[in-house]
Amino acid sequence: MIEFRMPSLGADMEDGTLVEWLVKPGAAVKRGDIIAQVDTQKGLIDIEIFEEGVVKELLVGEGEKVPVGKTLAVLDSTEHRVGIKASPLAKRMAAEKDIDLALVTGTGEGGAITKEDVEKAAAAVISAKIEKTAQVDEKKEATELLETSSARHNIRQAIASAMSKSNREIPHYYLETKIDLTRSLAWLTETNRERTVKNRLLPVVLLIRAVALALKKVPELNAWYENGLVKKEEINIGFVVSLRGGGVMIPAIRDAGGKSLDELMTALNDMIPRARAMKLRSSELVNTTITITSLGEGQVELVYGVIYPPQVALVGFGAILEQPWAENGMLNVRKTVSVTLAADHRATDGMTGSRFLTELNSLLQTPGSL
Amino acid sequence: MANENNTISITYREAIKQALRDALRADERVFLMGEDVGRYGGAFAVSKGLLEEFGPDRIMDTPLSESGFVGAGIGAAIAGMRPVVEVMTVNFSLLAMDQIVNNAATLLHMSGGQVNVPVVIRMNSGLGRQLAAQHSHSWESFYAHIPGLKVLSAGTHEDARGMLLAALKEPDPVVIFEYTAMLNLEGKIPAGAGIVEIQKAAIRREGKDISIITYGPGVYKSLEAANELAKLGIDAEVVDLRVLRPLDESCFLQSVRKTHRALVVEEAWRSVSISAEISSRIMEQAFYELDAPVHRLCGVEVPMPYPKHLEDISVPQAGDIVNMIKKILQHD
Repeated sequence: MIEFRMPSLGADMEDGTLVEWLVKPGAAVKRGDIIAQVDTQKGLIDIEIFEEGVVKELLVGEGEKVPVGKTLAVLDSTEHRVGIKASPLAKRMAAEKDIDLALVTGTGEGGAITKEDVEKAAAAVISAKIEKTAQVDEKKEATELLETSSARHNIRQAIASAMSKSNREIPHYYLETKIDLTRSLAWLTETNRERTVKNRLLPVVLLIRAVALALKKVPELNAWYENGLVKKEEINIGFVVSLRGGGVMIPAIRDAGGKSLDELMTALNDMIPRARAMKLRSSELVNTTITITSLGEGQVELVYGVIYPPQVALVGFGAILEQPWAENGMLNVRKTVSVTLAADHRATDGMTGSRFLTELNSLLQTPGSL
Repeated sequence: MANENNTISITYREAIKQALRDALRADERVFLMGEDVGRYGGAFAVSKGLLEEFGPDRIMDTPLSESGFVGAGIGAAIAGMRPVVEVMTVNFSLLAMDQIVNNAATLLHMSGGQVNVPVVIRMNSGLGRQLAAQHSHSWESFYAHIPGLKVLSAGTHEDARGMLLAALKEPDPVVIFEYTAMLNLEGKIPAGAGIVEIQKAAIRREGKDISIITYGPGVYKSLEAANELAKLGIDAEVVDLRVLRPLDESCFLQSVRKTHRALVVEEAWRSVSISAEISSRIMEQAFYELDAPVHRLCGVEVPMPYPKHLEDISVPQAGDIVNMIKKILQHD
C-alpha cells in the first residue's frame, strides 16, 4: 500500500488545490507519470508519482484545497502490470495507440485483452478527448482573464514569503569575481559554426555546466540547511525564469552534473517556455539544490541574490560586457562576466565560496573540457 | 460426369488412378511397382485395370518386402527410370525407412551431386477403416523430418489427380501421402484437371477471423467446419499445407498476419508433430500478430482403438474444430 500525499513544492508552500485527477482507480502508474494537477501559489503544477503501482482509491475530490502532506490517493504496489493478460497483438497495438492496458477490460480467452478490446478502448479515448476539448474551450474563454491575474497574485505572494523567510533566517555572505570569457566565447563561436541553428549553444549553458562541475569540487554548496549542512548527491540546479509581467519561476535542471552541454541546452529549451506558461512538473520544483540567476542581456553587471531556502547558495551572473582587463602588465579589452555568490553563513564560510568561484573561473578558461 | 461449369465428379481413388494412367502414358520410363498392384488391382483397387493396359513390365507385383522393393525402386531411379513405388500403407513403410532415409534422401549429397534419385514413393496413410492400432498410423512427421526428401500430402481430389505428375518431374525423391479414408469420397475437379504445382500451400477457403492450418483429411473436415462456423458469423480461413517438406511458411504466416489467430489441425499424434512445427514457426515469425494463443487439434495419443465410435473420437472431427474455434473466439 502506497499513500500518495500532497507534495511540498517549496519551503513556502502550505497547501494546494487539487484541480484535476489524470488517473482513475484501477490505473497502473509508474515512476514519472503525471497523475494530477495541483494549483499552488506558483500556478498549475503537474504532479508526478515516484512509485509504481495501481491506483486503488482517490481520497480528495477535484477542486478541494488540502494541506501539504495530506494523503490524496492510495495505491496498491502489489498488483501492477504483471497481472495484465493481453495478446501480443493487443500489447503491440496498445503501445502504438498509447492505451493503458490496465484500463482495458479483456474479453478474450481467460479474460485476456484482445485486439478488439484495444480498438474499443482507443475509440473511447478519442471520443473522451473530443468531449473534453470542447468543454475546456468553453470554460477557458470565461475564466482565462480571471485566472491569469490571480496566478500572478499567487506567485507574488509565494516569492514574498520565501524571500522574507530567507532574509529573516539566512545570514548571507557575498563574494564576487570578474571572469574573462574570451576563451569560452571563442570556443562557443567555433562549435556553433559546426551546428545547425537549432542545435546552437548559448553562453548561459557554458555557465551552468561550469557551475555544475565546480559544485562537484566544492560539494558543500550543493546542499540544504536543515539543522545543519546536508550535502546532496544529485546536482539539481534551479534556473530563475522571469515571467513576462513580473514574478519568477525556478524550475530545476535535474542531475545537471550528469548532463552534457547539449543536454543542458535541450533541458533549458524545454523548461523555459513551460515555466513561462506555468506548466511545470512537480519534480522540477522539489529537490532543487542550488539556484542560478542570470540577468543575461542588459547592462547590469552584478546581481546579489537572495538564497531560496533550504538551499545554501545562489550563483548570480551579470550581463556579459566588454571591460578593460589588465593581464601580464598589459591593458586590454575583454568580454567578461561578473559572478556573485550568495551563501548561507550557517552552512559554509567565505573560504568555501572562494574555492568555488576560483574553480568556476578556471573551468571557464578551458571551455574544451566542459 | 461433366456439368455446365466444366467440372467433373470423381472419387479420390479414381483421381489417383487417372494420374497413374496419365503418367504411364506420358513417359515410357515410368512404371508402377508394389504389393498387389498388378493382378489384384491394388489393395484398394487404385490400380485396377492398369496391368491389362500397360503389361507386367510396367505394372509390377513385388514380394512382401518393403525394404527390398523400395530399394529396387531407388536403384531403378538411379539407373534412369522413373519408378512409382507404392507402399501399400504408411504402416509398412517403417520397414522401408532405412532405404528412404539412408539411400534415397542422402545419395545426392554423398555423391557430391553426381547421383540424384528421382523416385516417387506413394503410401496410403491414416485411419478410418477400423484397422486398429498397427494399421492406422499417420507418419507424415517422420518423413517431413528428413532433409533430402520432398513430402506431399494430397488433401484434395485435385491434388490426388495432379501431385503424382508433378512429383515425377522432380529430380529428387518425393514421398506422397494419400488417404485411405478418402478413397471413396466424391469430389469435384475441373474437367481438364491434371498436373499441379508442388511448391506451395493453398488457401482452400478465405476468411478473416481465424486461420485453420491443416493437411490431408483435415482439409475437408476443416472446410466442413468453416461452413458451419459461417452460419454463426465466424469467417474461418482454411490453409491446406500440401507440401509438408519443405513447408511453404510464407502462406500460413501471411494468413495468420491477416486473421491474427491460428488453429492447427491434424490426425497425427500431437507430440513432435507437423502441428508443433507450424505453431513454432508462427511463434518465431508472427508472434506480435497473434491475438490469441496458437491452438492445436491432433490425434489423441493412444494406440488406435478398433471400435468405430472410439476410432472416430481419437482424431479431430469437423464438430471438434467448430467447438474449438468457438472457444478461441469466445463465441457464446
